[in-house]
Amino acid sequence: MAPRTLYGKIWQAHLVREAPGQPALIYIDRHFIHEGTSPQAFAGLKAAGRKVRRPDLTFAMMDHSVPTRDRHLPILDETAKAQFDVLWQNARETGIRLFDMHSRNQGIVHVVGPELGITQPGQTIVCGDSHTSTHGALGALAFGIGTSEIEHVLATQCLQQFRSRTMLVRVDGKRPSGITAKDIILAIIGKIGIAGGTGHVIEYGGEAIRALSMEGRMTVCNMSIEAGARAGMVPPDQTTVAYLEGKPFVPRGNNFQAAADRWLSFVSDPNAQFDTVVELDAARIAPQVTWGTNPGMVTDVTARVPDPGQFADPVLRSGAEKALEYMALRPGTPIVDIPVDRVFIGSCTNSRIEDLRAAARVVAGKKVSRTIKQALVVPGSRVVKVQAEQEGLDRIFTEAGFEWRDAGCSMCIGMNDDILPPGERSASTSNRNFEGRQGRGSRTHLVSPLMAAAAAIAGHFVDIRDWNVDGNE
Amino acid sequence: MQPFDKHTGLVAPIDRVNVDTDQMIPKQFCKLLTREGYGKLLFFDWRYLDGGAPNPEFILNWPRYRGASVLIARDNFGCGSSREHAPWGVLDYGFRVVIAPSYADIFYNNCFKNGILPITLAPDQVDELFRRTEAKEGYQLSADLMNQTVSDGNGLLFRFEIDPFRKEILLKGLDDIGMSLQHEAKISAFEKSHPATAEMFEPVDLYKVEN
Ligand code: SF4
Repeated sequence: MAPRTLYGKIWQAHLVREAPGQPALIYIDRHFIHEGTSPQAFAGLKAAGRKVRRPDLTFAMMDHSVPTRDRHLPILDETAKAQFDVLWQNARETGIRLFDMHSRNQGIVHVVGPELGITQPGQTIVCGDSHTSTHGALGALAFGIGTSEIEHVLATQCLQQFRSRTMLVRVDGKRPSGITAKDIILAIIGKIGIAGGTGHVIEYGGEAIRALSMEGRMTVCNMSIEAGARAGMVPPDQTTVAYLEGKPFVPRGNNFQAAADRWLSFVSDPNAQFDTVVELDAARIAPQVTWGTNPGMVTDVTARVPDPGQFADPVLRSGAEKALEYMALRPGTPIVDIPVDRVFIGSCTNSRIEDLRAAARVVAGKKVSRTIKQALVVPGSRVVKVQAEQEGLDRIFTEAGFEWRDAGCSMCIGMNDDILPPGERSASTSNRNFEGRQGRGSRTHLVSPLMAAAAAIAGHFVDIRDWNVDGNE
Repeated sequence: MQPFDKHTGLVAPIDRVNVDTDQMIPKQFCKLLTREGYGKLLFFDWRYLDGGAPNPEFILNWPRYRGASVLIARDNFGCGSSREHAPWGVLDYGFRVVIAPSYADIFYNNCFKNGILPITLAPDQVDELFRRTEAKEGYQLSADLMNQTVSDGNGLLFRFEIDPFRKEILLKGLDDIGMSLQHEAKISAFEKSHPATAEMFEPVDLYKVEN
């Protein structure tokens, strides 16, 4: 048999039906749903008189619109409350497991899935959310779908899919101190562009990827969609197996060994062919900061805001001009001279325990700059929150002047009341700097947790490599 | 889903690359529970001023583009969030056809689920459509899915490629869930032998609400 990629193996293992000239029917192992994109799917299902085929493989989460302050207070946002009620009712009626906002396991769906071991290597995973690519960090094929497809999966536990092309992104070399998984993925997007991965599933490889923790791999896979790829994956290895052992939804004892052996077979064969190969050298990556209105508009912290005139392509040039106008930035401004109004540490990209530990190392014993209006830390899940509190990270943050909140999407998307006001500028560890993403008229700069924490202290961007933070690797 | 066969209509241009779905329907409207009513919200932040009045500078508010039903756009149209609210908004606004040099995958796929025809043309062909739309007020295009053509009745005729399966679904307005359910026997057989479903996890009761 010809050597196969990880993607090819998972694809093959989930083929229910194949016919020439038609999309394949592939089986879906885990279906995550949340309050934002699922109501219309359930309504459609009901209208057609159909049932949820596998409630046991479906997991519902409240994350996008949940309040991150006191959850025992009444929810004043009527539309958000209606979403929660509908999700609750749909879960109850169909027998789907629901992590509602009071569950101790609640959190952002892409943090909770891996953290509870619901996500496992070799699986197919979908969710009505484009950052479902996150779960690929465990060696699963995971991607976002639309609401019509949610309905399709609820009804059939399958999806009609055309086979994707494959892209290998190899990051060789060692990651220097101060450079995080976030900087790696931003550098990749800067290199291939926000449509560079369109039509592809990305497999990440190379020494720098293998050296990443599971949290770091999730950060990388999370932003695959920002490069246009629906899915990103890292082949499972001992790091993956060690991460999963003992998680609530993972088999135990002998069953665990059997599962681990099977998981480890989901790696690309030597000499497997990829349609596209991209190579980066980790040693040359600097801390990354976005300057524009999409994640591909990114540069080194040591650089300056680019001059749109330097783009030869007229369409790119006008895109850069519009972006700088929206961001109120002048070409040639050193990135480190850009002042920040608010800092957000959170989102499915960077809200896991390791992210919070890294940010805490930066702020320990320091104070948030007086020029900063708000600095928020929002753990990705309640499990992360409890762990962080046990480690005393919450106190480090609050003593420095950060607010410590309950778990959810929060200011990544501003669907609850954590909104970046018009005209204000954030340093944010999230994944999208689109116009209005964190609030209408708001201006987002994407950075790593280390860089966001440092910007909170300094009041503007700084090169974290100058700070000599302990254990910065 | 309403079938798509042929459509002729007024063309409106959005001359911007990488238009993301956050731009089409901002998040505050993703809290609604229906599939309808997103037309008035389409491109909300561009289309309305702070007080809610229409922004006269935004192109879809120009009188000459009122009633447009064919949208021409630039590369990577519909990137970002998977929200199907974006195509719902496009359709509810009145667009049946989108023409661009390239699309983001999820948006492209979502169009077919909603009876919108997303046509891909070469960049220079799209450039030509932009030129003609801007040059002539009331410029109309016809899209013919069966014959895979776009034409303006004035000498312009472009052929486009489309996957034959997707073409058929759109032409007939087929219910793809119903089609998949015809393979019920195959799905059941697959489930019996598939490890991730046969061997379920340890039973942990996470269902109950823990305060
Ligand atoms: S944290 Fe942000 S990107 Fe992630 S799922 Fe929530 S809203 Fe989407």
